[in-house]
Parts: sequence; C-alpha cells; structure tokens
Amino acid sequence: MATGTAVDVVMPQMGVSVSEGTITKWLKSEGEQIAADEALLEISTDKVDTEIPSPASGVVQKILAQEGETVAVGTKIAVISPGDGAAQAPETPPEPATTQAAQASEAAAGAEGETPTAERVEDAREAEPAAAETVETPPEPAPQAEPAPPEAEQAPAPEPVAAAPEPVAAAPEPVAAAPEPDGDGRPQGKFVSPVVARIAAEHDVDISQIEGTGRGGRVTKKDILQHIESGPAQAPVAPAEEEAQAPAAPAPQKQPPAPAAAPAAAPAGAGEIVEPMSAMRKGIAEHMRRSLDTSAHVTSSIEVDMTKIASLRQKLKKEWADAYGVNPTYLAFVARAVVETLKDYPWINGEIRGDSIVTRQFVNLAFAVELADGKGLIVPVVKNAETLNLLGLAKAIADVAKRAREKQLLPDDVQGGTFTITNPGGYGTFHGTPIISQPQAAILGTYAVVKRPWVVEDELGEDAIAIRSIMNLTLTYDHRLVDGALAGRFLRDLRERLESWDESAE
Amino acid sequence: MPLPKTSRRPTTSDDSLMAVMTYLQAISDGLRQEMRRDKRVFVIGEDVGVYGGAFKVTQGFQEEFGPWRVIDAPLSETAIVGGCTGAAIMGMRPVAEMQFADFISCAWDHLVTVAAKQRYRAGTPVPITVRLPSGGGFSGGPFHSQNPESSFAHIPGLKVVCPATPADAKGLLIEAIQDPNPVLYFEHKHLYRRIKDEVPDERYTVPFGEARVHREGDDLSVITWGAMVYTADEAAQKLDEEGISVEILDLRTLAPWDKEAVLRSVEKTSKALVLHEDTLTGGFGAEIAATIAQEAFENLDAPVRRVAAPDTPVPFAPVLEKAFIPQVDDVVAGLRELADY
Repeated sequence: MATGTAVDVVMPQMGVSVSEGTITKWLKSEGEQIAADEALLEISTDKVDTEIPSPASGVVQKILAQEGETVAVGTKIAVISPGDGAAQAPETPPEPATTQAAQASEAAAGAEGETPTAERVEDAREAEPAAAETVETPPEPAPQAEPAPPEAEQAPAPEPVAAAPEPVAAAPEPVAAAPEPDGDGRPQGKFVSPVVARIAAEHDVDISQIEGTGRGGRVTKKDILQHIESGPAQAPVAPAEEEAQAPAAPAPQKQPPAPAAAPAAAPAGAGEIVEPMSAMRKGIAEHMRRSLDTSAHVTSSIEVDMTKIASLRQKLKKEWADAYGVNPTYLAFVARAVVETLKDYPWINGEIRGDSIVTRQFVNLAFAVELADGKGLIVPVVKNAETLNLLGLAKAIADVAKRAREKQLLPDDVQGGTFTITNPGGYGTFHGTPIISQPQAAILGTYAVVKRPWVVEDELGEDAIAIRSIMNLTLTYDHRLVDGALAGRFLRDLRERLESWDESAE
Repeated sequence: MPLPKTSRRPTTSDDSLMAVMTYLQAISDGLRQEMRRDKRVFVIGEDVGVYGGAFKVTQGFQEEFGPWRVIDAPLSETAIVGGCTGAAIMGMRPVAEMQFADFISCAWDHLVTVAAKQRYRAGTPVPITVRLPSGGGFSGGPFHSQNPESSFAHIPGLKVVCPATPADAKGLLIEAIQDPNPVLYFEHKHLYRRIKDEVPDERYTVPFGEARVHREGDDLSVITWGAMVYTADEAAQKLDEEGISVEILDLRTLAPWDKEAVLRSVEKTSKALVLHEDTLTGGFGAEIAATIAQEAFENLDAPVRRVAAPDTPVPFAPVLEKAFIPQVDDVVAGLRELADY
C-alpha cells in the first residue's frame, strides 16, 4: 500500500566543524502532514539555532529523536512518508546500513583481511568521505547479507567483483552490505524477525548483546523489549572527534560522554532549581575554558575622547535614518577604525596555528551579540570588513545582530572570524577583560561613553578643563603572539583614528 | 418509505429486555421482527413454509405472515435466487434460505453474474439476503458440511457475513436485510442449538466490517469467525493455563472485513494465527495472512500461521470428520508453535 519511498530526515551538518546537534523542538508531530521545505523542527548546535525544513512533502511517519536529545550529524531523526500517511513505508534495511557505514567499513577491514573483499574495502575506505551520502540507498544489501554460513563466503564475493568494473564507484555497496552479518551484531545464522529488526534500529540496540529465548536462541520481540526496558540507556553513537581547521567561531570540541548523563545525576537540593544546559551554553562553557587554557590572556586599556564622533553621530543620525534606515552607532565607528588599524598590525588579526603564525590580507570582524533572553551569546561575523566603509559596516553589523536575535543566522555567518569586538558598554560598564574567541589573537572591548571633565588644550595652547565624551577601550590579546608594546601601539593608533576622525575619508 | 432510525449496536441498558436465546432462535427472532416491521420482506426456500424450515428457523412464520410472504419453493436454488433477484430489482426485500449452504453452487450464476453486478451495470440495488446453513461437525458428509464463504468473498458486489454469537446473528441478519446489496449470510449449523446467550428483545443492527474482540490477550492473535471462535476460545483457555495470553478476534463479516482491527491486534502481539473451518488453499485466511504480511511486516515476530481444514471434501465418517475439521488440539499446537518461535 505504500505510495512511494519514505524520505529520511537526518541531522544536518551546520558548518564544517559541527559534529552534533540538539533537537530543541519538533514543529510537527507524528502523523501530521507536511509540505516540502516547511519547517519540521528546530535544532541547536554549538553556535547556531535554526529551523530545519522538511526534505519532502508527505506525512511525518516517525520521529526517531526526541526533544532535548543530542545526536550526531547524519543521524536519522525522522521519516517522512509520501502520500497521506495511511501506508507504512518500511525501509529499515537501509537505515542500519547508513548509521553503521563508518564503523562497518572498519569492522570489515579488520575482520577479513585476506578474503577477496579486502581490496574492495580499502577502496571503500578511500571513498569514505563521500560514503555518508552514497550509502543511503544501497540497492542490494539483502543478497549480500544472506550468506551467513561461513563456507558460503566465496559465493557473494566474486560476483560483485566481476560485476563492478569500477571499484571506486562500486565501493560503497560492499561496505554497506558485506559487514552486516557481524557489523550489526547479528549472531551468525540467527534469524532476526522484522519487528525485532525495526525495534533494534529505532533504539539503536546491538542485537548480539541480547540473550534470545526464541527458537534456537533467536531474539524475540519480548527479549528486545525487556532488554530496552531494563538495560542501560543506549546513547546515540558518539561521532569521531574531528578538529576542523577553519572555524574561528568557537569550534565545538566533543564533550566527554559523562556530561550527557550528568543532568539526571544532579538532583536538586532544597531551594535549588536544576535545569538542563542548552547546547549553546555547553558550547560556550567549553569554549571559554578552552580559550583560557590555550591563550595567555593580557588586557590593556585606553581612554578615547569620542566627542568629535559624538557630534558627527548627531549629524549623521538623521541623514542616515532618512536615507538608509541605519543608525551610526559608536560601535560602527570603532569597528571601522579597528579595521583600518589592523592593517598595520597583522599579528593582532592573526592566529597561532601549530608552530606557525598566520596573518591575513582581510579582516573578518566578529561581534558578540547577546540573545534576547539574556541566556546565551552568539558571535556572527562580518566577512571582509576591510571592503566596507562606515555606512557599509553599520549596515552589516545591524544585519547580523538582527539575524542573530531572530535565529536566522546561517552556519557560515558564525565562522571564519579573525578579530572580535565585544560591546558590554551598553550597561554602563567602563572596563572588562573579555576572553579571546579561539583561535584568534585578540578581542576588543568597548565600554560606556560617558561625559567627563577632561584636560584639553584651548586655542591659546593653554590647558583647560572641558566636558568630553570619553570611552574606554580594552584590548585583550594572546601574549604568546602579541607583545605588550605591540598592543599598546595598536590601541594608541586606534585612539588616534577615532579622535581625529576624518569624515571625508569615508 | 423511509425506515425508522435504528440503533446500530445491541444495547445493554437497563430498560432493554434481554432474553437468553439459542443462535437459531436469535436468527428466527431477527427475521420475524424485520418481517413485522417491513412489508417488503418475504422468505422463500425449500420447506420454509408448512414445515417451518429444515432447521425450524421459520417455524410458525407461515401462520403469522401467510403463504405469500413465506413461500415454499421447488427444489431449485436457481429458481429461488433468480426469483429473489427479480423481486429485489422490483423493490422487494427477499430473504432466501438455502437448505444447506452447499447447494448454493446451483445459484452461482444468478448471484455472481446477475445480482452481484446489477448495481454496477444498471444502478439498481439488489437487496437480497441469502441464508446459508453451513459448516460441519455432525457427520453431514461432503454435501451438507461445507463452508463456501471464501468463494463469495472473492466476488465484488457481494457481502459475506458469518456470525458467531446469538446477538450478532440477530443484529447482522437485520443489517443484511436492510442492506441494499446481495448479502450471503452464513449461519453455522453447529452453533444453532449449542450456543446460547443473551439477545436484546428490541430490533438492532450490527454493522458490517467491524470485528469483535472475543477475548483480549497480549502474546498471540487468533483471527477467526463462525464456529471456530469457540474452538479458538477453548484453545486459548488451555494456553492461558501455561501463561500464554491469546487474543481472539471474531471478524463477524468477511466482505467487508475489519483489516484495521487485525492490524491493531498484530501490532500488539506480533504473532498471528488465522483459523477457519473451510479448506486451506484459497481460503479467506490466505487473504488475511497476505494482508498482515504486507501491511504489518515490521510488526511481525514470527511467520503468520494458518490452521484450516485439509484440501479434501468433508469426510462422512465421524473419526475422519474430526480429523478434517480443526480441533482445539490443532489450534493449541499451532499456537504453541508460534509462542515457542
């Protein structure tokens, strides 16, 4: 009765370095109709909260990961069945193949090194990065999986070899199919009934770990249900840890497995409220700690007379509001001055990468943006800020800040920053020591602009006390790379740029 | 003439009267009520009038309704069903009695070629009810013991009803008479006087296509109908003593049949046994097993089993007949196989 092939929904890869995501909310429940590209769920990764659209029109047949669950990228989290949903479109076989493709190839290579399949497995390992997608629809796992009796091994092996002139193209199939008998833990020769196979797939249970009470030791439905009920909660397979190169956005380091179980193990004391940590909070916590463990943090401050810019702002405000709908913020001025100044201080816009120092001919300016509820922070990036004038920067900052608060950022928006500006001054603070966003070299803090009595030179060259708009700037830098004198010169030049703002240059 | 609105289910409210009736009395009661209520209803069959029917279902009917509504027909099933078809097309509601279900083969052409297709071809409803005393268990031999329901369940345009309880026998008969299509009503002879139960006095109907959970259970599902419901029940009691919980689904009607109820039960137990008194090959159990295999595949923890009569004519000798018709022990053995699987 199935009217078509069911479509799997998998946890998407929200950026190169992101290895897992947390389901924050299902927007559809099982049995509900959904159109292609309609929002299906909300997820939260280390840095991005976003909606995931449905890959197909149909009915949400199955939801395989619940709200709050954190699963590896590529994990099947739902099934959309085309049509009106009355039909159950079973597609269990491909599913285990997909989730196990990675470890399966290893198992195969390790287990049967001398069999004819060995070379094919190696091909497959080369092709592995692509396999995640290719393996999705293995057309013939069934015939491959059948030859369970040991002596039958020569039967399946030669046939695919002969049939596949192109090893690389054909490789993913044997990888998915061949290791299945032991790869999914099925005891050799023991039949797995459809319902047991389905339950095992849904709960990610290794059937070989269950003692069967059925005929010939077969694992029955009762056995597996009992196992699931009594056994330890089977956490989703932790993906292999990978340290990606690119991300300037706080790269998600894989958490040790313990924290996953921790919330349950921390009972609330009297008067305490225990709430689970969001994926973002975990990401921030991990990154803050790691940054302090990585860089030698030192902070220098400087006071900047913003009076000229304050009056310029007054002038521009109306003009810009009418013409562009943009506010000429102090932050925009600072950012513009920072970009110009960084040109002269490439190390402050640089990075320590292994034993090398990396500098750039561009500035990807990151901005710390507080989220609406005050719980959490995101650091969107304005790419190639050196190409933008004051207006362009003001617009770009407003744009990413708005999208950050509305959870509309794309993965790309939070990656690749080379220098960060954080602006806690909105609350009146005049000093702070921010933590560097790894793997950058420095972070600039901007603080409240306050009117102060200030010693200035009058037109006669005499000292005089005037009321000026003063702002503190801090540069927190990685002392491994940036010396104090360099930081001081940077701050001096930055102050100079701001105090003698050249409007005509914009 | 619009018919009065009737309740769809036997009610058990305090104000309704319940009498204990045999399965046969319940059929008789339903037929009599419908004849009293609707002047278009008449019965026709061999010996249904003066003699009151071979099994006495219509005893006293001719006295109450007269010879024009309780018609003794010649020994010709062709004539009976052919006459009914014509009368139905002209607006009557005939209820034909085959003396034995086995004899309906003579009326095949009228039923299958004409009655089943008339509505489709000409748009004319053919509201015939054919009562079919069926089933064995009393040495009736090959011409008086068969259960030919699957042949007719295969014919689009016919409805097939197989009540197991007195209450269903009455409610399904009334539903059959008021249904605008030809309905084959299989009444199991072995249940006639053996099965007694409470039956509401009032007129009611039991809808087609809704299975009845005869017994609730968790481990195994038995899907059956007719007299086999009781065989299954005895088998279930035996397994219950061993701690195996058996659910029994009484389909009540085969065309239409309650697929959803079967799939629900299989989803729960994951192991199904289909049981019928008819012979195995091409029996209606094959349809059920195939449906389970196709639509509940991922819920199965064992192959679907069928327990049915072997593919031979029904033997006359009591010992052989006992070996032929599925017995409690046969069902127990089949259920054990499933439980052990």
